[in-house]
Amino acid sequence: MIASMAGALPTEFVMTQISYAAVLPMLLVFGGAMIGVLIEAFAPRRFRHEAQVTLTLLTLVAALVAIATSARDHQGITAAGAVVIDGPALIFQGVIVALAAVGVLAMAERFTADEADAFTQSGAAVPGSPREAAAVRLGATSTEVFPLTLFAVAGMMLFPASADLLVMFVALEVLSLPLYILSGLARRRRLLSQEASLKYFLLGAFSSAFFLFGAALIYGYAGSLELSDIATAVQNQSGMDGLLIPGVLLVVVGLLFKVGAAPFHAWTPDVYQGAPSPVTGFMAAGTKVAAFGALLRVLYVAFEGVRWDWMPILWGVAILTMVVGAVLSVTQTDMKRLLAYSSIAHAGFILVGVLALNQKGVSSTLFYLVAYGFMTIAAFAIVALVRSSGNEATHLSQWAGLGKRSPIVAGVFAFLLLAFTGIPLTSGFTAKFAVFAAAVAGGGTWLVIVGIICSGITAFVYIRIIVLMYFSEPAGDTMVMTPTVMSTLCISLGTLVTLWLGIIPSPLLDLASQSTLFLR
Amino acid sequence: MSSFPWLTVLGAVPLVGSAVVALLPKGLAGRAREIALGFALVTLGVAIAAATQFQTSGGSGQFQLVEKHSWIPEFGVSYALGVDGIALVLILMSVVLVPVCLLAAWNDVPETGRRQQGYFALMLVLEMFIIGVFSSTDVFLFYVFFEAMLVPVYFLIGSFGGEQRHYAAVKFLLYSLVGGLVMLVAVIALYLYGPGGSEGFLIERLTGLQIDPTAERLMFLGFFFAFAVKAPMWPVHTWLPDAATEAKPATAVLLVGILDKVGTFGMIRFCLQLFPDASRWATPVIIVLAVISVIYGALLAIGQTDMMRLIAYTSVSHFGFMVLGIFAMTTVGGYGSTLYMVNHGFTTAALFIIAGMLVQRRGSKFIPDYTGWQRITPVIAGVFLLAGMSTLALPGLNSFVSEFLVLVGTFERYKAAAIIATLGIVLAALYILLWYMRTMTGPKPEQYAGTKDMSHRERWVVAPLVIVMLGLGVYPKPVLDVIRPAVNTTLQHVGVTDPPPSIGTTAEGSTK
Repeated sequence: MIASMAGALPTEFVMTQISYAAVLPMLLVFGGAMIGVLIEAFAPRRFRHEAQVTLTLLTLVAALVAIATSARDHQGITAAGAVVIDGPALIFQGVIVALAAVGVLAMAERFTADEADAFTQSGAAVPGSPREAAAVRLGATSTEVFPLTLFAVAGMMLFPASADLLVMFVALEVLSLPLYILSGLARRRRLLSQEASLKYFLLGAFSSAFFLFGAALIYGYAGSLELSDIATAVQNQSGMDGLLIPGVLLVVVGLLFKVGAAPFHAWTPDVYQGAPSPVTGFMAAGTKVAAFGALLRVLYVAFEGVRWDWMPILWGVAILTMVVGAVLSVTQTDMKRLLAYSSIAHAGFILVGVLALNQKGVSSTLFYLVAYGFMTIAAFAIVALVRSSGNEATHLSQWAGLGKRSPIVAGVFAFLLLAFTGIPLTSGFTAKFAVFAAAVAGGGTWLVIVGIICSGITAFVYIRIIVLMYFSEPAGDTMVMTPTVMSTLCISLGTLVTLWLGIIPSPLLDLASQSTLFLR
Repeated sequence: MSSFPWLTVLGAVPLVGSAVVALLPKGLAGRAREIALGFALVTLGVAIAAATQFQTSGGSGQFQLVEKHSWIPEFGVSYALGVDGIALVLILMSVVLVPVCLLAAWNDVPETGRRQQGYFALMLVLEMFIIGVFSSTDVFLFYVFFEAMLVPVYFLIGSFGGEQRHYAAVKFLLYSLVGGLVMLVAVIALYLYGPGGSEGFLIERLTGLQIDPTAERLMFLGFFFAFAVKAPMWPVHTWLPDAATEAKPATAVLLVGILDKVGTFGMIRFCLQLFPDASRWATPVIIVLAVISVIYGALLAIGQTDMMRLIAYTSVSHFGFMVLGIFAMTTVGGYGSTLYMVNHGFTTAALFIIAGMLVQRRGSKFIPDYTGWQRITPVIAGVFLLAGMSTLALPGLNSFVSEFLVLVGTFERYKAAAIIATLGIVLAALYILLWYMRTMTGPKPEQYAGTKDMSHRERWVVAPLVIVMLGLGVYPKPVLDVIRPAVNTTLQHVGVTDPPPSIGTTAEGSTK
C-alpha cells in the first residue's frame, strides 16, 4: 500500500513507454474507424457504402494480421500498466476481430439497390416525420454503422486486454456507446428499435455505475486499480477488508450485465428484438466474447485470492442464468426474443466453464465463445433474410413450412439450431463438452448437472423450431430474400466454422489451451 | 493381420451413397432408389468381406479389425474402431436389414424428386451412424455416433411418418436426448477417473479401473439410463409405441430392429465392462425391471388394436428378455441375449414389413378392420404366420434358441425371475395368435377381394428375412461361435463365473 502511494507522487515527469507493436491491432481498428468518420463526412453518398465496407473489412483483416504477427511477438504489460497483451488477450482479440468481420458481412447486405439494407436512412429523424421522408427521398444511407462498428470492436479488443480497472471501464464505455446507437438504427419498426436503444442505454449506464462504484471500493481496499496490484493486495490483509468483497461483487455485476447473465439479463430480449438483426448478431457474439474475456481476467488475475467468497455467488448466478434462459425461451413466440433467451442460457453454460477456475476453464470458455459467436452471427443473418411484406418475419408462426419454401436456408438454420442444441458433430457439442468437462474437473459437477438439465430444456425449444420449419404447412406470405454475396459469405462462414469445430476441433482447442496463461 | 481400414470403409460407403443420392442431378433423380439400394448392397458386400477377416478364436485383444487415430487429443478422444463378436454380428444384422428396408420403402415416397432423395439419403446416413456406433472403441466416439444418430431418425419419423408424426418425432428425440445428456455427465466423469491423457477415452484404458464405489454407481446409472431409454425398458419405453406407429414401416424396422439394440449393446459393452461392481450392485433392481418389461410389454401387446403399436409392445417384452439375459451374468444368458438381439432384429423387421404390406392394401392399421385376409392374400398370411411363430419362439425358428438360452441362463442364478419371465412366452403366443386369428381368419372380405397378394418386390424383401429366421432357427452355431468369446471376455471383466450346477448337491442332500 505504501509503495503505491509513493508511486502516485512522481518527482519528475516520466514518459510512458508504449509498445506500439503490441497495441498495433487496436490502433489499426481505431484508425480505421476515424477514417470511416472522414469518409462519412466527405465522400459522395453513392460511393460511401462500397468505401465503408471495403475499409472496414480491410481494417479488420489488417488487425487480425497484426494480432498474429507484431502483437504476438511483443507480449507484455505496456502503456504504464494499462494494457496487457498476453496469450488470452491476443486470442480474445483475434476472436473478436474475426467475429466482427463476419458480422460486418451481414451488415453490408443490401439485397437489391432499391430494397436497401437493414438500417434506417436517417437515424436522427423522428419515425414518420417529414424529415425521415425527405431522407428516404434523397436515398440517404446509414453507412455510419461501419465506423460505429469499428469503434465498438476497438472497445471490445481493449476490454479483455485491460490491466487496470479504469482502462477496463473506458473500454466498456467505448464498446457500449456505439452499440447503443447501432441498436436504434433498425429500418423497420423504428419505435421498437429506438425503445431498445434507450433501454440498453439506461440499463447500460446503470451497470457502468455499478462497475465504477466497485472499482472505487477496490481502490479503497488495494490502493491501486491495476489488476496485479489488486491481486497482491488480496493476498495480504489490509485494514479495509470490508471494502473488498462488495467491490468485487459490484465489478462483477457490471461485467455480468454485459454478458447477459441472470438476474442482469432483463435488457437482452428487448435489445435483441429491437436492434437490426445483423447488429444483434454482431452484438450477441462480440460483446459476449469481450465481456467474458474481461470477466476471466478480473476473476483469474485480480480476485483469484478470494475465490471462496465470490464462487458461491457466481455459482448461483450461473445456475439462475441457465435456468432462466432455458425456461423462458420455451415460452417465446418471437424468433429474435427466443434467440435472446437462448443466448442467456448459453451465457450460463459459458459461466460454468469460467467457474472451473483452471486452465481448461479458460480454454473451454474461449472455445465456447468462438463456437457460439459464429453460430449466432449466422443465425441472425438468416433471421434478416426471412421477410413478410417487407418486414422481418420474426414471429415463430411465420417460419412455418420454411423447409418447403426455401430448403437451403431452412436447412442451414436447422443445422445451426442443432448446433445450439449441442448435437455431436457440430461445434455446439464440442463446446458444451469442453466447458462441462472443465467444470467437472474443477469440482463443479452439480453445475454441470443443472447445465445438462437446461440443455435438455433448450433442446425442446430448438427442436420445436425445426418441427415448425419442416413438418408444418407453410402459412402467410413469408418469403426469403435472395441474399447477395455478403450475407451468403457471412452465413456460409458461420456455418462452416460450426461444422469445422464440430468435426476437427483440435487446432482451436490446441491454440486455446496454449493461450491460457494470464500475465500478471 | 491386414491393416486395411475395413470399418472405416464400411461406414464410408453408405455415407458416400447418401451424398450421391441427395445430390443427384435432375436427370438421374428417377434412379435415386436404385442407387441407394446399390450402395446398401455394396456395404453388405464390404461387411461380408470384413467378416471373413474376423477370427473367432485366437484373436489378440478384445477387438479385431482395429483402427486408431488421434482425433481430439485435448479431450483424450481417439478415432478408434474395432469389433468384437457381439459388435460384428450386430453390424452384419444391420447391413442385411438396411437394403431390406430400402426395398420395403420403395414406394413410401412415390414421387421422384428431392423428397424421395432425402428419404433414401437419410436412411443411408443412418446406416453409417449405425456402423459407427457398433464399431467405436472409444467412449467419446461412441457417444458422438449415439447422439448424432438421432438426427436422421428424427427427420425420418417427422417428415415421412403418419398423422401424429410431429408428436412422435419430438417425443422420440427428447427422450433420447435427455437419456444422452445424462450419459454425457457420466462420460465426462469417467474420463476424469480414468488414466486421462490424449487417449483417455479408449475403452481398453477405461476397463478395470479402481473407482470409488459411489462414483462408479452414479456413472453406471448415467450410462444405464441412456441405454434403458434406448432399449427401451419399462418405465421409459413410452416413446417407442408412438414412434413405431407413426414412422413408416421401414423406419420402424431401423428404429426398433437396429437402433434399440444400441441400448442392449451398450449395456454389455459399457455398463458391464466399465462398471462391473456397480453392475453387480444394480442387478437385482434391473432384473426386476426386466421382468416387468417382459410381462408388461406382453400384456399391453395383447390389448392393442393398432398393429404397429402391438409390434412395439412385443419389442418392449423382448427387450426385457435381452436385459434379463445380460444382467443374469451367466455365459448362457449372455449368449442368449446377444443371439436374441440378432434374431429380434430379423423377426421384428418381418413383422413390421408384413404389417406395413397389410396397411398399404387395406389403408388401416387397426386390427378390427381386418378379417379373413388369408383368403385373398395367402402368401402374406403365410409369411406373417411364420414371422409370428418366430416372435412367439416356436422351436425350429430363430427366436426359440435365444429365448431358451436366456431363460436357462437366468434360471441358473435367478430362478424366480426366470420362471415369471416364462409367462412372457405364454403371453407371446396369445398376442400373436389372437392377432393372426383376428386379421387372417374369418369370412372373406368381399370388398377387398381384388387385392393383390405379395408382389415380386415384396417377395424379395421378405425372402432374406425368411431365410434368416429358418436358418438361425435350425443352425445358430456360426453366430454363437462368433459371439461366444466376446461374451466370455465381458463376463471376465465383470468378474463373475457361472454358478455351479446345483442339481447334484440338492439330490445328495435329499437322499440323506
